[in-house]
Amino acid sequence: MARGIKDKVVILGMGCSKFGERWDMDADDLMLEAYEEALRDSGIETRQIDAAWLATAIAEQHVGNSGVPLAQALRLPFIPVTRVENYCASGTEAFRGAVYAVASGAADIALALGVEKLKDTGYGGLPQRTRGVLNNMVWPNLSAPGSFAQLAAAYAAKHGVDIKDLKRAMAHISVKSHDNGSRNPKAHLRNKITIDTVLNAPVIAEPLGLYDCCGVSDGAACAIVTTPEIAKGLGKNEIIAVKALQLSVSNGLEAQHNSWDGSYFATTRIASRRAYQEAGIERPREEIDLIEVHDCFSVTELVTLEDLHISLEGRGIHDVLDGFYDAAGSVPCQIDGGLKCFGHPIGASGLRMIYEIYLQISGKAGERQRKELPRLGLTHNLGGFPHQNVCSISIIGRYES
Amino acid sequence: MSFGILAFSVYLPRLRLSRRAIAEANSWFNPALKSQAKGERAVCNWDEDVVTMAVEAARDALLERDRSSIAAVRFASTTFPFLDRLHAGIVSEALTLEQDISAQDVAASQRAATSTLASTLAGKEETLIVAAEQRRARSASPMEMTAGDGAAAILVGAGKPVARLLASASRTADFVDHYRSLDMPYDYQWEERWVRDAGYNEIVPPVINQCLEKAGRKAGDVKHFCMPVAIPRVANSTAKIAGIPETAVRDNFHAVCGETGVAHPLLMLVATLEEAKPGELILLIGFGQGADALLLEVTDVIQHHPKRLGMRGHLKRRKEVTNYVKFLAFNDAIELERGMRAEADKLTPLSALWRNRETVTSFIGGCCKKCGTLQFPRTNICVNPNCNAVHTQEPYPFADQIGRINSFTADRLTYSPDPPACYGMIQFEVGGRVMIDFTDVDADILAVGQPMRMMFRIKDIDSQRGFRRYFWKAAPVETK
Repeated sequence: MARGIKDKVVILGMGCSKFGERWDMDADDLMLEAYEEALRDSGIETRQIDAAWLATAIAEQHVGNSGVPLAQALRLPFIPVTRVENYCASGTEAFRGAVYAVASGAADIALALGVEKLKDTGYGGLPQRTRGVLNNMVWPNLSAPGSFAQLAAAYAAKHGVDIKDLKRAMAHISVKSHDNGSRNPKAHLRNKITIDTVLNAPVIAEPLGLYDCCGVSDGAACAIVTTPEIAKGLGKNEIIAVKALQLSVSNGLEAQHNSWDGSYFATTRIASRRAYQEAGIERPREEIDLIEVHDCFSVTELVTLEDLHISLEGRGIHDVLDGFYDAAGSVPCQIDGGLKCFGHPIGASGLRMIYEIYLQISGKAGERQRKELPRLGLTHNLGGFPHQNVCSISIIGRYES
Repeated sequence: MSFGILAFSVYLPRLRLSRRAIAEANSWFNPALKSQAKGERAVCNWDEDVVTMAVEAARDALLERDRSSIAAVRFASTTFPFLDRLHAGIVSEALTLEQDISAQDVAASQRAATSTLASTLAGKEETLIVAAEQRRARSASPMEMTAGDGAAAILVGAGKPVARLLASASRTADFVDHYRSLDMPYDYQWEERWVRDAGYNEIVPPVINQCLEKAGRKAGDVKHFCMPVAIPRVANSTAKIAGIPETAVRDNFHAVCGETGVAHPLLMLVATLEEAKPGELILLIGFGQGADALLLEVTDVIQHHPKRLGMRGHLKRRKEVTNYVKFLAFNDAIELERGMRAEADKLTPLSALWRNRETVTSFIGGCCKKCGTLQFPRTNICVNPNCNAVHTQEPYPFADQIGRINSFTADRLTYSPDPPACYGMIQFEVGGRVMIDFTDVDADILAVGQPMRMMFRIKDIDSQRGFRRYFWKAAPVETK
């Protein structure tokens, strides 16, 4: 295996805008809001950035294509800017670009920024858009909830779980995320809910109800990365490093080959194993202190906990109901509210997850701060559909020279 | 080898609109409708039209038959969705018939199908005749009550026919009992009593006599009189005038499916063939600006004709609809607020459709000749992770394969003309899988493992450009 990214690149600063229905904000404004925080945090000036990556997933809804929108919004001084898109995992993709640029020596300091301005669609949920010429002719007109909902049917069938028990565990996940979101001033949704609220909500896509689905938000998040040496040179003491960055992309196997049973994410299982290997983690359940997963839907979070090899396959329901992933549990999941409540401005989401891990490890997470400072955190950023998707995993931790 | 009808079947949409629902919705305006509030009529699902119905009728007729000997396709309808596009060509591609066949659409008269059947039976080419109709009718009109949607398919050729043509006769007259012009989506009809007296009763009997004379048979020899006419008792009065025994008059299926226009004579013929015995004579009538009469003799082969869904099976495969507004919405007779999600552009790049026609229209996937893995769609590199061979996939048709539900949902968020949109992953019993739309399904029966069969349906309607694209969908396998 390649030598990997562990401890080669560190985070100099991070920023995140408030997520939500930002009716008065364009994408430019959101980008600047996140960037100003990151710049303050890093202690550098714009002219010190050598290269930048911009993540937007549905650029046609707001800024349009290319790296120009980022260069323009921040008046970056004619440096390289690359726009990346990889479904809902675009944010982590920008981070990967910036981190790899620093690791390669091509850049000393690099910027990754993700933004999405979704609330100009005119309706709730993600915008309806093309799937590609041939896909449009043969795919169902599937919505995100409709494709992820199918995990529940396949999972229940495989593990012999009553759909009612599954729905209770899914409801626990949503209640937990609302609880966590209520302590996050930047979160889109800050209201607490009950199990009954979840179970009695209108159905969106069988068996997912309204509260099994994350919100669609406006927002931006960004990271400034550099080498450990430069960070030290800039006077940073508590240095937080990238331990692993892995991406796994479906090659059509799940969609076309009968070896996949529809109850899990093949990509997540692969990407997380590779990430643990890259970070030198042998027992993730014991070694990882905190996780931020791509909880676009409650059922996604549930099966992901197993695919990350933290819960045993088929045991995710029990861990969830036992509070293992609650804010005060052994491995908090979505301590910031997650996509469910912090919000899901697509291009920003992967960076928002890393932002939370970064805050928690630095002890700067405010009201929702874990008492015992986490040492290692994992983010899981997924895009696409269960049967064909991209899965990005990052592991972030204290720098150890 | 003799020439005649080799195979036959029909297709009826699963939905049956109760006539009581039509009467109850409209009797405030026309109380007389209450007297017709009996029985039900077949109505297309939102994703069905004459093309999809014709394909399904033909698939049932051609069940387990080699299709490579078919040399021609004739498609009769007065409700083709396109004015300039060969519908017989779509049918032919959906059925994966040979490319070197001739194909024609026949239209503009209610006897388009009988005229085509007569000329085909007088020819020598193996020909698939399909007829389908989906007529729109104004709310509270008589036709809304009497019409039904449906299709029939007849294979004519040399071999072991189940019925042979003894004689046929035709008469042509510009008798306009009703018409539909380019400028109007609905029929304009004249008084029924005049149509009966001056039309059916005067035009049809001489044609019957001529036909019987040609065959050297007597009216009393006719065992089954198939006269498609919606006006009550007209078939009986015409039979009486022609000297045909009243017991020979076949049911017109008004009670259970309605009058299916151009397809109706063939539909009645198929239903008759399902019951007929060797040696019996069938007199088939087509009426529209004149009349056709075909005298057919049933052969011994009928006893060995393989069982298929047919008329009987399709009548059983039904779901009652009592929601009249839903029927209007399916037929674009009322304007629903469909929401912004319905505004998504449905442009079909025609060059891409042509390039991918085997995938999209014929539902052909691939079979890797190295490892045997079946896959849809057919691709350059085998999906089997232990194979991944390049350029090894041979065409493999999935249309007739049974699949089982692997995962599913009933989606209320995405746009569907008939929410919830049901879809999921289907795993074929022979291997291979596809994430695909479901149709003719009630969300509450969905379950992992449920067997599904494939049906040719409308995938999307591009109302901005007047185009519609077709693809395949999974429907529950009928329980015996």
